[in-house]
Amino acid sequence: MLSIEEVIHIERLARLRLTDKEREMYRKQLNDVLNYAARLDEIDTSNVLPMYHVLPVTNVLREDIPRENFSQEVALSNAPLKEDGFFVIPPILGGEE
Amino acid sequence: MDYEVNIGIEIHAELLTKSKVFCSCPVQFGAPPNTLTCPVCLGLPGALPVLNRKAVEYAILTALALNCKINKNAIFHRKNYFYPDLPKNYQISQYDTPIGIQGYLEIETSNGKKRIRIRRVHLEEDTGKLIHSGGRITGSDMSFVDFNRSGVPLLEIVSEPDISSPEEAKEYLVNIRDILVFLGVCDGKMEEGSMRCEANVSIREKGSDKLGTKTELKNINSFRAVERALQYEIERQIDIVSKGKEVVQETRHWDEKNERTISMRSKEEAHDYRYFPEPDLVPLEIDDAWIERLRSQIPELPEEKYERYKTLGLTPYEAKLLAHDLEFSVFFDKAIKLYNNPRAIANWLLVDVTKELKDRNKVITQTLLTPEIMVELISLIDEGKISGRIAKDILPELIDKGTSPKKIIEEKNLVQITDTSTLLSVIDQVLKENREVVEEYRKGKERSFVFLVGQVMKLTKGKANPKLVNELLKKALG
Amino acid sequence: MDLADLTAHELLDLIRRKEVSLRDIVKSCIERIERYEPIIKAYLTVRDPEDVINSVKDDEPYSAIPIAIKDNILVKGLPNTCASKILSNFIAPYNATVIEKLNRKAFNIIGKTNLDEFAMGSSTENSAFGPTKNPWDIERVPGGSSGGSAASVAMGSAIWALGSDTGGSIRQPASFCGVVGLKPTYGTVSRYGLVAFASSLDQIGPITKDVTDCAILYSFINGHDPNDSTSLDVEPYRYSPLKGDVRGLRIGLIKELLAEGVDPSVKKCMEDAVRTFEDLGAIVEEVSLPHISYSVPTYYILAPAEASSNLARFDGVRYGFRASGKTAEEMMSNTRGEGFGPEVKRRIMLGTYVLSAGYYEAFYLKALKFRNLIAGDFKKAFERFDVLISPTSPILPFKLGEKVENPLEMYLADICTIPINLAGLPAISIPCGFVNDLPVGLQIIGPVFSESKLFEVAYGFEQATPFHKRRPQLGGKPYGL
Repeated sequence: MLSIEEVIHIERLARLRLTDKEREMYRKQLNDVLNYAARLDEIDTSNVLPMYHVLPVTNVLREDIPRENFSQEVALSNAPLKEDGFFVIPPILGGEE
Repeated sequence: MDYEVNIGIEIHAELLTKSKVFCSCPVQFGAPPNTLTCPVCLGLPGALPVLNRKAVEYAILTALALNCKINKNAIFHRKNYFYPDLPKNYQISQYDTPIGIQGYLEIETSNGKKRIRIRRVHLEEDTGKLIHSGGRITGSDMSFVDFNRSGVPLLEIVSEPDISSPEEAKEYLVNIRDILVFLGVCDGKMEEGSMRCEANVSIREKGSDKLGTKTELKNINSFRAVERALQYEIERQIDIVSKGKEVVQETRHWDEKNERTISMRSKEEAHDYRYFPEPDLVPLEIDDAWIERLRSQIPELPEEKYERYKTLGLTPYEAKLLAHDLEFSVFFDKAIKLYNNPRAIANWLLVDVTKELKDRNKVITQTLLTPEIMVELISLIDEGKISGRIAKDILPELIDKGTSPKKIIEEKNLVQITDTSTLLSVIDQVLKENREVVEEYRKGKERSFVFLVGQVMKLTKGKANPKLVNELLKKALG
Repeated sequence: MDLADLTAHELLDLIRRKEVSLRDIVKSCIERIERYEPIIKAYLTVRDPEDVINSVKDDEPYSAIPIAIKDNILVKGLPNTCASKILSNFIAPYNATVIEKLNRKAFNIIGKTNLDEFAMGSSTENSAFGPTKNPWDIERVPGGSSGGSAASVAMGSAIWALGSDTGGSIRQPASFCGVVGLKPTYGTVSRYGLVAFASSLDQIGPITKDVTDCAILYSFINGHDPNDSTSLDVEPYRYSPLKGDVRGLRIGLIKELLAEGVDPSVKKCMEDAVRTFEDLGAIVEEVSLPHISYSVPTYYILAPAEASSNLARFDGVRYGFRASGKTAEEMMSNTRGEGFGPEVKRRIMLGTYVLSAGYYEAFYLKALKFRNLIAGDFKKAFERFDVLISPTSPILPFKLGEKVENPLEMYLADICTIPINLAGLPAISIPCGFVNDLPVGLQIIGPVFSESKLFEVAYGFEQATPFHKRRPQLGGKPYGL
């Protein structure tokens, strides 16, 4: 059973600010889905390869040729806040990653 | 108590491709903010990455030059974390299949050659740039983001903690930088940020084989800072341990101004990057043919050049300076093909040309001095046609205008005077006009000889061959 | 019949024979919107009728055949909300590749359609802007997540539409709305400009009134795209008139998808469909795909995992809604907390969890292995059969609000469509019957790159049945009559 602390941990990792009510709801719902997903333990897959890509394609590469890109205006066209060509955001705390 | 030091260095090098690693936006330094972006590097909804072939090749070249094994099946992973300069809030990077693994670099230390093992070389994308300051809009502190740099290809080079001192660390960095520059994959300018470095450092009791707790140093922006920061941190750790306390594992920021490291104590959660294979990219299959084709493209690197230059008769000091300077070594190699006097060419480059370049704040390729002009000048000296003094005088014009030295000495009538009778008549005149000095010389004042030589040089406007003047003057004075 | 009730190929025929005015076709669709859109709410953005009519070019027949585009496929200059508050003010600054392709033929986009927020859902009830109603019964859902696109085609407000399919989001709404929907082979239609939900599962596809229209529209949108690394460099599908000959065709009826949990009336429609195929000369046999029952848990690990990463970019920094916050981090968390709806947050939480330290192997990696097993089951089945069939949905279109409280129940109803996305296969849903005037869909599945064959098989069935000719009746009066 997922604990509230675990839910809060995921919330932080996902940068999703939840209300207490949401937290409890998700805790229960996530639990239901995860318990259901545990069905996958029914089969031993130690000899099965994971399928990362559906079709066996490799080496899709692009030549190193610069092409036309967005003007500054278009790049900023949907910006919630902009100034002098920059995107403006509230200050970053402590240079944290 | 004697302590041993373990230092590991992590380098991020911006690659010199023309376009970004996952999109075709141009890679350019200094453009106005957000003028080099597109849906992909801005992280717009619906955008998809497409891998730049050249970036891959630069990564393979570097891995080969660092003696790495190449991962024949390399994939990209998403490194998930949130930060405003990371447009998708994940970075496309490599996790368990970096392009190069298990390499090494040999450096010169006071105890001879030492091998620093390289754990991995991988390719990833750079982030945008954050600027913090007060804005016009609210007046309060805001942060500003520019995504021009977002998506520029980065090569990450990680060493094992084999480095044992700040000096070795600097040596390691310089060598890596030179290799990157010689390969043409990065311009290695730490101050401009095209090459960045972080260091892990720990100490342990001499004889112990258990590594101590390490701290990570960031904000190291120059070769000098590397040495200073590491020196400070090592002393700080020794101080802690010798007092019986424990070093805290943390990230520390190098404060250049106050010359110390400051704790950047991070939040309780360690980073959980939730790596998973990038579904928008397909795997890389690097076959032997591709590897060999690239291996054959690796130019002669500084280490090899150094050895070769020593065999040409250069001193180890001269050989090292030249071998590690890309523009000079290219120039030098061309010059010695034209004219076989490596020592003279080296000397001119490392002394007089270096001075002129410094005054102009340029590199040799930004001037009009060519190997052809350089060897013409030197051959004129060797043939005795001009003196060394005159050669030095006309060097600026060669650099700035690229004029042929032969032409200059003809036009300005600078040909060295080696005709004995001409010189004798000048000497005669000098002796007549300076009888008192001659007397002083005859009485034993050695310095008067130098004065008389100077007068001869003055009268001949510097064109007299100094050696001959010396000989003839001595004879004339008896 | 009203022009808006005709198919694209019928209209193209009329245009070729100069028996119809191009503008009249467009006006007919506009009228449908004006009359029924207030009830159906299939659209989030409707282009100005003046602009739509002015987009008609006399020498461009396709400009007279309005198309609706799901609001997670970027059309430059139009809003692209993904039915989310977090993108409610976002205007697309570039075209998706499929739109560029359509533009070359002067396709006339009439509007952007409603969907479950960020394509997460099976009913279009997860839209932040209200649900779309099923034109066949406005108390019921149109299916999802491409509910708006399917409803727009069913009600004739657009002649055809584009949707996207990650776990059934084209096929299931097509089934619920009595129209045709194709999820193409993964990699045959470019994803550039499709807002990513689960990158390894998403595909754009056509939603149309009949199979011929589906083939025609597919031929315009498929093809290699250098902007999409997962787009395949193969010979593209080109339309040629369908014949529908299924004599001797070996059809596999997927046993596990007709087990308990399937509505008995849906089972009956399937039985009728089997008989129709047999009458047409095909051979139908049961086939077992032993790992298929693990599809739902596999999908609900993989899709949310990829989604949690794909949706990380929505943070209020460069575009979209921005909440307040004293610091950037606070702003980002508030923006995402306020801007995303409950289903999206649920899946982001789930995805973040299954990728997090300590759980990657147990969940994500394990799911990728099951993906291999499921794909393997299909591969084996295709050694014996040309195509496989199943119901598109095990249940009939349900009432609005009926399933919102229980997400897991909703997830389980995706059992028929999800396995196909996991295996990257093509599948088409076509109407195969009506139960109390509610449409039932038949799903036909083929091996990779078998769209051609799917069209032929679907066409054969379609032409032998009357279902594709029916149109929904709103308030007792059939549309257009």
